[in-house]
Amino acid sequence: MLRYTLFRILGAIPTLLLVIALAFMMVRAAPGGPFDAEYIPSTEVEKNLRDAYGLDDPLPQQFLTYLSGLLRGDLGPSIRQTGYSVAELIGEALPYSFLLGATAMLLALLLGVGAGTVAALRQGSLLDRTITGLSLTGISIPVFVVAPVLVLLFAVKLQWLPAGWGSARGAATWVLPVVTLALPQLAYVARLMRASMIDVLSSDFVRTARAQGLGTATIVRVHALKPAMLPVISYLGPAVAGILTGSVVVEEVFGIPGLGEMFVRAALNRDYTLVLGVVVFYASLIVALNLVVDILYGVIDPRVRYR
Amino acid sequence: MRAIRSIAVLLGLSLLISCSGGADRAAENTLHRGLQVGPETLDPHRSRSTEAGEILRDLGEGLVGYSPAAELVPAAAERWDVSEDGLIWTFHLRDGLRWSNGDALPAGHFVAGMRRLVDPATAAFYADKLIDVENAAAIVAGELSPEELGVEAPDDRTLVVRLERPIPYLLKLLTHASTFPVHPPSLAEHGDSFARPGRFVSNGAYRLVDWVPAALISLERNEYYWDNDTTAIDAVNYHVLVMSNAELSRYRAGDLHITASVPPDAFQMVREEYGDQLHVAPRLGVYFYGFNLARPPFADSLALREALSMAVDREQLVASVTGRGEQPAWSWVPPGVDNYTPPRLGFAALSKDERERLARLRYKEAGYGPDKPLQIELRYNTGDQHKKIAVAVQSMWRDVLGVEATLVNEEFGVLLSNIRAAEITQVFRSGWTGDYNDAHTFLDVMMGGNASNLTGYASEEYDQLMRRAAAQVDPDRRRLYMEEAERVMLSDHPLIPLYVYVNKHLIRPEVVGWEDNVLDYHYSRHLSLE
Repeated sequence: MLRYTLFRILGAIPTLLLVIALAFMMVRAAPGGPFDAEYIPSTEVEKNLRDAYGLDDPLPQQFLTYLSGLLRGDLGPSIRQTGYSVAELIGEALPYSFLLGATAMLLALLLGVGAGTVAALRQGSLLDRTITGLSLTGISIPVFVVAPVLVLLFAVKLQWLPAGWGSARGAATWVLPVVTLALPQLAYVARLMRASMIDVLSSDFVRTARAQGLGTATIVRVHALKPAMLPVISYLGPAVAGILTGSVVVEEVFGIPGLGEMFVRAALNRDYTLVLGVVVFYASLIVALNLVVDILYGVIDPRVRYR
Repeated sequence: MRAIRSIAVLLGLSLLISCSGGADRAAENTLHRGLQVGPETLDPHRSRSTEAGEILRDLGEGLVGYSPAAELVPAAAERWDVSEDGLIWTFHLRDGLRWSNGDALPAGHFVAGMRRLVDPATAAFYADKLIDVENAAAIVAGELSPEELGVEAPDDRTLVVRLERPIPYLLKLLTHASTFPVHPPSLAEHGDSFARPGRFVSNGAYRLVDWVPAALISLERNEYYWDNDTTAIDAVNYHVLVMSNAELSRYRAGDLHITASVPPDAFQMVREEYGDQLHVAPRLGVYFYGFNLARPPFADSLALREALSMAVDREQLVASVTGRGEQPAWSWVPPGVDNYTPPRLGFAALSKDERERLARLRYKEAGYGPDKPLQIELRYNTGDQHKKIAVAVQSMWRDVLGVEATLVNEEFGVLLSNIRAAEITQVFRSGWTGDYNDAHTFLDVMMGGNASNLTGYASEEYDQLMRRAAAQVDPDRRRLYMEEAERVMLSDHPLIPLYVYVNKHLIRPEVVGWEDNVLDYHYSRHLSLE
């Protein structure tokens, strides 16, 4: 297990390097620069600004400088938010994103597993068809469509919930963003869970349990739930990636000062270091979470053993 | 672990806030202001946004400041003298100036601040502000050390500024945050990250208490400020509300005293709903379309440029497209600038029909007509308002002249780099807002070789008139030269001024002391709450 983990961590390094290199090239290929404004300073001043961040050095050299900084755990200073380091800015925005993402993930898992199980138990019923239909809708509609529709319905028409971070305070602020972000994942988890539960419920050991006289509730809770969860567990990695990319849109729409919103602003401002910093952070997070999922898989499923 | 703790704190906070909705209102003497974008930094020398400037006017103070009506008034300096040739300015500082931690603020701190501004190591965006001070250009270019700057403090209450040429608007520059002093010991201790809560020692009417990036900036009264006795408001909260609709809902909920803007779509509704609380006033800013003068078809065709400018019905544009009280622009320098009467475009006095007839004539002169229509691209940065305006201008050009304009929208950075490359752009959208209340802030931009001169306009006659104006000490003669320069530039039609920007704010009736002004500067210390 230890050897496997170590091996996986080493294997993640080329992936991360590739992501960083691609991000570095892409952010630099974008037209414009971090000092763009309608007021353009004189050439001397602009040169001083570019020099301060080494932007006029040859690109390969800049890339190596960035990598060597990264090795020391230094993400560099933000080019736009002068006086703040990228790491500090990520640290400020992370709690908001974490709260949003973790709540959405939890919601998606709890409701998704529940709905999937119920649908599997009532296979073919009206309830099953409703859940299957709704979840298909949930998967199909992108977050950037769901968000304004929910705002229009619950914030503007019904006025039950605030439209965004700026318009009110307290826990209610989080309801719409969390639901928006959770919906597609919830839908996917529900479908996965339904299919897998149906599969498990028709297997031999469940038949044996039935024959022993156990009730459906006990069978599901004690025997079927754990094996049926396996596909959901393996989906956790992609789900986290989905939540992260979704949060970029959700935070922007609802004005939550999290990582996603910061990332969009940084990209628009051509804050090269901040964009790269967030990419590095996201990429490492996804790699790490995939690893955790794989290890979890082994813990839950006794048939899987890592060497 | 840290993340978990932060989340716990955040959860706790949001609970606390949701339970104590009235707590904010209990702190009655707190002014709540909306802010469209969070400041990038509060370091006066490295900041660049309008928003940072707004907060810094509360936190810091230059030698000179503005009254509520945006007239120049003494600030850290109580008076000043200028030599006859306009080159040597002597500022006499107030007695007993102090920093927000109680430290004395001698004239030497102003000297240190200005040196830091022009020091290449600071990489200040606005280092050009003091470029006419002796040796400043050479220091910015890295040829001289910052100590050579023509600014010195003979004693603690005297500051002498030596200029390389007279600049009549020097006092206005000295109101800008980039000329503020910074507390030298804080700078020495914290380096470039001194401008943070708990570290930032300021010299204005307020001091920084808290700063949640992208959310909130809190200020409190600076007890050591020289005019603290007349400062009425104890605390100021700037709420960052990127979406103007969110800002409006906060205003509705009674959480804001002053909004930074009014959402375009809700403007009519707001006007009906709030009446007097809506303040709309002209600003020192022009929305314009520029021509790429480096390439055909506009490079050599004055007639074509004039035809396109004439064919735009500016009155209709402001009445039915922008619709928030904007004024049609007939000049480059907007009306309302101190000691300056902008000359108007030659066709400004004509009726709409006459203008259109003349436009068709000029269009034909340029070699275009129904069988050979002009085909161009009109570029603008992505945004609803910009799009509406572009569509309107496109149809005006089509109806009057038969021009086939294609609309291209680009993200701001992309558009700007295209404009600067001057390769593919033909007509582009831009805007210019004055940094100080002097015609120079507009006219200087159009000088040949100015980095912000996006059209690439270069006229020997214009530059010469501007240089002559710069050499004048007498304000009236200077004004005449500048007006003549603008007349020359307008008749060359390097750009199409479309409309003059307006400031739009919602202001609660309990806010006292607010005066609309062209700079849109409103120091919190001039306001009070009833």
